Amino acid sequence: MEHRNTEMPGVPFDIRPARAADLQTVVSLDEETTGIAKVAYWKDRLERYAGGQPDRYFLIAEKEGRPVGFIVGEVRAWEFGSPPSGWIFAINVNRGARQDGLGTQLFEAVCDRFRRSGVRQVRTMIAKEDKLVMSFFRSQGMMAGPFVELEKGLAP
Amino acid sequence: MKIQKATRFALYAVLELARDPERQFSAGEIAERFEISGHHLSKVLRTLGRAGLVEALRGAGGGYRFRGNRKRVTLLDVIQHFEPVASRDGAREPGSRTPEGRALGRVIDEIDDIARATLGSITLATMRKLIDQDRREAAARPAERRARASPVE
Repeated sequence: MEHRNTEMPGVPFDIRPARAADLQTVVSLDEETTGIAKVAYWKDRLERYAGGQPDRYFLIAEKEGRPVGFIVGEVRAWEFGSPPSGWIFAINVNRGARQDGLGTQLFEAVCDRFRRSGVRQVRTMIAKEDKLVMSFFRSQGMMAGPFVELEKGLAP
Repeated sequence: MKIQKATRFALYAVLELARDPERQFSAGEIAERFEISGHHLSKVLRTLGRAGLVEALRGAGGGYRFRGNRKRVTLLDVIQHFEPVASRDGAREPGSRTPEGRALGRVIDEIDDIARATLGSITLATMRKLIDQDRREAAARPAERRARASPVE
């Protein structure tokens, strides 16, 4: 389903479901931010999330026909008692396309799909050092929720 | 977490100026709006000016104007000019070199990390959204109260 940008008509971009052929684009966009080309990982994510599976969403944003961003999420349920909620686990916008409202459109597009899946809460998890992405999610109205991430190093 | 008075005044001033970066506000206007000391606020505005967060405009109709990108300047960027943010000098605390002191220090460091991450991720633009949301909710409250007080039969 196409998600046409109607809120900011001065910014011509569209949002569409990802396809297997988007692999190189997604790898490049991610590598631009992380410095790591994770081909196998993104191939697996595209296979699992871009095939129209229920409650799984992998969306691509295009500006003038060129992919410039993506977002990935799914509906998760009953992890430690959490009722079904939308989970966003990746978002990326090309450096040159930022501060144009594109990230907001991607976020809203995936939230629209979560709503249609029947959930009323969206969550994500971000590294504390990743100020840019955390600021972005904050700007979308996201606040600390009732869950806390914990971890422990595992000795070999 | 409690913030000092000067820090609170600085945040009020920056948030007010960031409401309309094109507009100039006098220290008096801001002080009146928040019912705070104009003298104290003027000192705070000078610090903000030295930090490059506001610009002082001289002459008739002069005042202060926000400088910067509202989508990038965070609460932490403002606060750090007035007080240390969740920075614990654990080595100086009594007993901090004992196993108990070090273990306690790790827990406090965890809390401090979260405080810094929170303040460092909330931009002035996001704060303006929260303020507008609060204003809308406050405006809706009397109507809700009236509706509850006189239910439709």
